Amino acid sequence: MKMPNLNRREFLVSHAAAGVGLAVGVLPASVAATGVAEETKEVNAWVVIAPDDTVTVRIARSEMGQGTITGLAQMVAEELDCDWDKIRWEYPTPGTNAKRDRVWGSFSTGGSSGIRESHDYVRKGGAAAREMLIRAAAEQWQVPASECSSAQSVITHKPSGKTVRYGEVAHIAATLPAPESVTLKDPSEWKILGKPMPRLDTREKLDGSQIYGTDLQLPNMLNAAIRQCPVQGGKLTAFDADAARKMPGVVDVVTVGDNAVAVVAQTWWQAKQALAQVKTEWDNGPNAKVSSESINAMLDEGLGADDAFVGNRKGDITGGLAAAETIVTADYSYPFQNHAPMEPMNATALWTDLQCDVWCPTQDGEGTRRAAIEVAGLAPEQVDVHKLSLGGGFGRRAGFDDFTRQAVLIAKTQPGRPVKLMWSREEDMMQGFYHPITKARLTGGLDANGELTSLHIRISGQSILASVYPQALQEGMDPVVFQCLAPNDGGQMAEHSISYDVPNLLIDHAMRNTHLRPGWWRGVNVNQNVIYMECFLDELAAKAGRDPLEFRRSLMKNHPKSLAVLNAVAERIGWGSPRDGRHHGLAVCKAFDSYVAACAEVSVDAKGKLKMHRIVAATDPGYAVNPQQIEAQVAGSFVYGLSAMMYGECTVKDGAVVEQNFNSYPSLRLADMPDVETIVMPSGGFWGGVGEPTIAVAAPAVLNAIYAATGQRIRQLPIKSQSLMPEQRAS
Amino acid sequence: MKRELHVNGVKQSLEVDDSTPLLWVLREQLGKTGTKYGCGIAQCGACTVHIDGNPVRSCVYPVSAVQPTQKITTIEGLSPDVSHPVQQAWLELDTPQCGYCQSGMMMAAAALLDKNPSPSDADIDKAMTNICRCGTLPRVRAGIHRAAEIIKSGAKS
Repeated sequence: MKMPNLNRREFLVSHAAAGVGLAVGVLPASVAATGVAEETKEVNAWVVIAPDDTVTVRIARSEMGQGTITGLAQMVAEELDCDWDKIRWEYPTPGTNAKRDRVWGSFSTGGSSGIRESHDYVRKGGAAAREMLIRAAAEQWQVPASECSSAQSVITHKPSGKTVRYGEVAHIAATLPAPESVTLKDPSEWKILGKPMPRLDTREKLDGSQIYGTDLQLPNMLNAAIRQCPVQGGKLTAFDADAARKMPGVVDVVTVGDNAVAVVAQTWWQAKQALAQVKTEWDNGPNAKVSSESINAMLDEGLGADDAFVGNRKGDITGGLAAAETIVTADYSYPFQNHAPMEPMNATALWTDLQCDVWCPTQDGEGTRRAAIEVAGLAPEQVDVHKLSLGGGFGRRAGFDDFTRQAVLIAKTQPGRPVKLMWSREEDMMQGFYHPITKARLTGGLDANGELTSLHIRISGQSILASVYPQALQEGMDPVVFQCLAPNDGGQMAEHSISYDVPNLLIDHAMRNTHLRPGWWRGVNVNQNVIYMECFLDELAAKAGRDPLEFRRSLMKNHPKSLAVLNAVAERIGWGSPRDGRHHGLAVCKAFDSYVAACAEVSVDAKGKLKMHRIVAATDPGYAVNPQQIEAQVAGSFVYGLSAMMYGECTVKDGAVVEQNFNSYPSLRLADMPDVETIVMPSGGFWGGVGEPTIAVAAPAVLNAIYAATGQRIRQLPIKSQSLMPEQRAS
Repeated sequence: MKRELHVNGVKQSLEVDDSTPLLWVLREQLGKTGTKYGCGIAQCGACTVHIDGNPVRSCVYPVSAVQPTQKITTIEGLSPDVSHPVQQAWLELDTPQCGYCQSGMMMAAAALLDKNPSPSDADIDKAMTNICRCGTLPRVRAGIHRAAEIIKSGAKS
């Protein structure tokens, strides 16, 4: 470690100086309350040990329900050989990370990357701390370190039988230099990593004591409610706040940036009530007339456009299709989705001309700090961010930070007083960074034997990178558009490579952007791409008169891991012999470096009512860090993916999003939810993500099962009001 | 005006605006932030509390509709020590993910079990209409069944 050791006391002081009250739960209560913090030592950046052997693991990534805190702590604990029952955790601040030469690496929590992109250095952090502890003990005993072993937070000198606890030597270990290199354990030795450990953060979620961003209370705090121009990109031209200013609790009414007005009041409810009395005038700008119809027409044009970015090409698509015995073609579409995390967007800021502190549920503490620095008007070292628990993220809290900038701008009008800005659900729905809208035209060519020889997928629609990260475009092309359809060439997109071999293949993208901001929505582009691919494969199989499972298998000879998860779900569900009146549908893909498959079992009654009985999922994430949390993520992926499939759609009228709350943007309820069976089948040797991949297979598995039940293809999502009346078939 | 509220076993007298929904009185005046705002229109259930044991969506329930004799229970008052069967079951199954909706989810589950200590899946479907975007629904169902077992074993002993 390059940075000097920072002892526990300094760490606490640095927190206190930055304005973090211990009372807000940033630090583990046990440490703060027992007073042992005085003696607690930072062995290295990841590991802090108290005299009572309590180990506090520093977690850079954000917990938003996906279990990353527990998973990352398991990694440190495994290599540290410590007592799992004495594990605590805390978030370092991004400002501290900057001061310490980014010792904790990236804070970004998205793309199912929390574990798969930090497992190496996090485990090494645990291993290095263990070596330092052993060396500290060995020096005390004046014996070779090689004669000492560690287990359950106890170091044993084997020849003499002497033992010492971690908490007794941590203060010595903290003074030792870090080892130059460490050897990580072989997975066969894991006792904590890979096991279904209970989450470290459940208890405080059971009695209301966990503090989310919206729950933060600071002394002298004010609350703010905001109204933004309903058309994204529009501006505020005038407002009249005379009535609002007279309302109870109101402290101020302020403009925020060029597109919003906020009421600052004693309580948020007062602010919201007063905001309703503020009259606003908007310049809705050039997009004032954009509608779902106009966006659809633009995407339709893209489906047949001459120019497109090529994301995957093999063989000769033109010749292949010309030579095909049978051509199948179909158009699919996928709408805008809102993330709709249960906790609306919020941030709290305390600004003075010397310092700005932000408290925020964020997926990227460093990104949030950058956003705060942009608008604080202070030097970077005067600005820090204190992460709070997220009431859901799903990508909405991953680096966009529009609400963070607003909170700081509002706080600047109230120097010295913390201001908590919380959006209403309606603002949250209308001011999203939406799942991109796309359509696809798929054209497949079958030969005389029913083999798929040629496949062209034309995607028409939005690019996320073009909107939010244009510097990452590659000569104008957005490679992320091709998730799950990308070539398996070892390149940037190989973690999302296509699971099938088709001799003549072309997958291209006609970029058609709208004024509605696109964003990372859990799963990102895997959601629509796997629907397009997997539903169309079912169409091809039907046209070829072949079984959908056998048809897929014939294209997957070079994709053994994808094939293995597909076979696993087919076997578990009883493919080919569904119960009376029930029908099965399959989907498979590789996403975020994991291999996932699903098989859904549904029935559709004579009135067209869909019942999703059961869905079986299989996941091969390489190493399964915590199998019970993988199960939770798989189930959650089904809820998110199936909510979108059933109901999720943001439509546009006069440039603004129409759906403003859960009454028009519903989410799956328990009565709709199928039983979920999860097969976790880690094959080892790689680290795949688990928070997102399964969303991709949720909807296509069900849609293919609906076809099996009704003979009807659903090609436009959501299902919402589309009739599922079984086709009248000749008996 | 001055009102008396009976929250988690404690009688409190406080100055409230009558039109304020109970949710905001609980959160902003009484500091009971375990009860959450999710939608403001009684759709998501994150704000569920009990009034005399019945589940109520407090985001649309004006504080003036609460009688001084009525007893309000929030997640903070479900048990003193996370010992309510629903809390025990939730802990056992690691039900919460982000946890934001779980206060409401548990309050709805506790109210269901209070009236029906051994609910069927159909009973659960009917009573549990709260939204969870993380997708804990299967463990919510399993948690209710597990809590029913805990209640049953407690009743026997």
